[in-house]
Amino acid sequence: MQTAIDIHSEDGRHGRGAATASLRAENVHKTLGTHPVLRGVSLAAYPHEVISVLGASGSGKSTLLRCLNLLEVPDSGEIWFRDEKLDIRPPIGQNGARIGDARQARRVRASLGMVFQSFNLWPHKTALENVTEGPVHVRGLTRRAATERAENYLRKVGLIERRDHYPRHLSGGQQQRVAIARALAMEPEVLLFDEPTSSLDPELTGEVLRTIRALAEEGRTMILVTHELSFAREVSSRVAFMQGGRIEEEGPPDEVLSRPASAGLRRFLDPAC
Amino acid sequence: MGGFQEQFLRGLETTVLVAAISGTLGMLVGLAGAAAKLSRFRVLRMIADAYTTIVRGVPELLVILLVYFGGTAALTALVGSYVEVSALWAGVFSLTVVFGAYATEIFRGAIQAIPRGQTEAALSIGLAPWQTWLLVILPQMARIALPALCNLWISLLKDTSLISIVGLSDIMRVAVVGAGSMRDPLTFYLAASALYLMLTSVSLLTFRLVERRMLAPLH
Repeated sequence: MQTAIDIHSEDGRHGRGAATASLRAENVHKTLGTHPVLRGVSLAAYPHEVISVLGASGSGKSTLLRCLNLLEVPDSGEIWFRDEKLDIRPPIGQNGARIGDARQARRVRASLGMVFQSFNLWPHKTALENVTEGPVHVRGLTRRAATERAENYLRKVGLIERRDHYPRHLSGGQQQRVAIARALAMEPEVLLFDEPTSSLDPELTGEVLRTIRALAEEGRTMILVTHELSFAREVSSRVAFMQGGRIEEEGPPDEVLSRPASAGLRRFLDPAC
Repeated sequence: MGGFQEQFLRGLETTVLVAAISGTLGMLVGLAGAAAKLSRFRVLRMIADAYTTIVRGVPELLVILLVYFGGTAALTALVGSYVEVSALWAGVFSLTVVFGAYATEIFRGAIQAIPRGQTEAALSIGLAPWQTWLLVILPQMARIALPALCNLWISLLKDTSLISIVGLSDIMRVAVVGAGSMRDPLTFYLAASALYLMLTSVSLLTFRLVERRMLAPLH
């Protein structure tokens, strides 16, 4: 069976069985309503890899990302976090698929930082409080330790002086950087970005992309759903192109984006042709 | 007013007590009702729908009478000899049921007004559903629900006067008795009005202060 893990990153370091993927989807199917959004998707992120998932809207890329941390529960297929298979119960009759082991799901989610398209900061909490909630209530840190940690990450995204501001008083770019700090404060194994710049004005995307690039350069494992083609080419170790609920093409960005094999990707890269 | 001042004071106490207890319990019923309405279990949704439809469709006065006489009939059948339920607890129960039905709708609407992404952000860092409720949903829901809850609380304060019909010695009861025995209805009803107005004014003021404090971060 041809799956994503057959495709190695450029240096060939990550062969099948040579290293355990940090996060892996195996033949995932998901139907939303009556629409089959994912039709057998496999994708694996190995340590220190940056994977960009590209594709037109409706191709299933966001749903794939949301399946990885079980915000959507796959109808079939497997999600693996390192060497642990997530407990997923398939749909029965009218009831959709659901999480089998809620504690496992929480523990794994805590290790998968997610950054959303619409930031989703909590409006009734300050920037600092948005970042400390996870460390306090999930990791069990003391307020003091959590505050210290949150301040470190706010400093890292360049917003320490805004620590006491409410989201309402921050620009979109600043809100997204706080959201990144919130994800980082959990010290996650993998970072998931769901179109992190898609709801930002063009002049604000730069600051967010710079923050994401810095994280990529630190060697963090990341899966990034994006429309920013040149950015994806720059930061990714691998890109995956999705179409109609499947991964159509996958490989090193220079190869895939410069010599697209499928008609779908050629059209996506150059709609004029 | 011929010694009725002290009775009015005790009536005021009773009114506040009944309103406070039914309001508090009604809030809990409302939260449970809203959770049931938004539940993924169909049975719970159906029960909650039936509850709010029936209770909101029957006049409060009838709810009180049904609870009082129904409760008395039920207790009598249970014990085997005639037992009358207390007017206070029949009243508290009735108003809790009424407040709860309206609060269910208010809370349901408020919860649905919170964007789905708020919950998802909480789940994505590994918070448990109950933590998500406590840290993310409830505080935001409270802000949205506050104006409607204020209205509901004011209604509740005034609805307590209906319990006087089954013999609760609240402000209203004292006014009716005083008006009859002193043959000066206007004075007694004006006095009762002043007391209710005082209670509602203090409530409105308190709600305004709470609202201002809670909404501060969002402006």
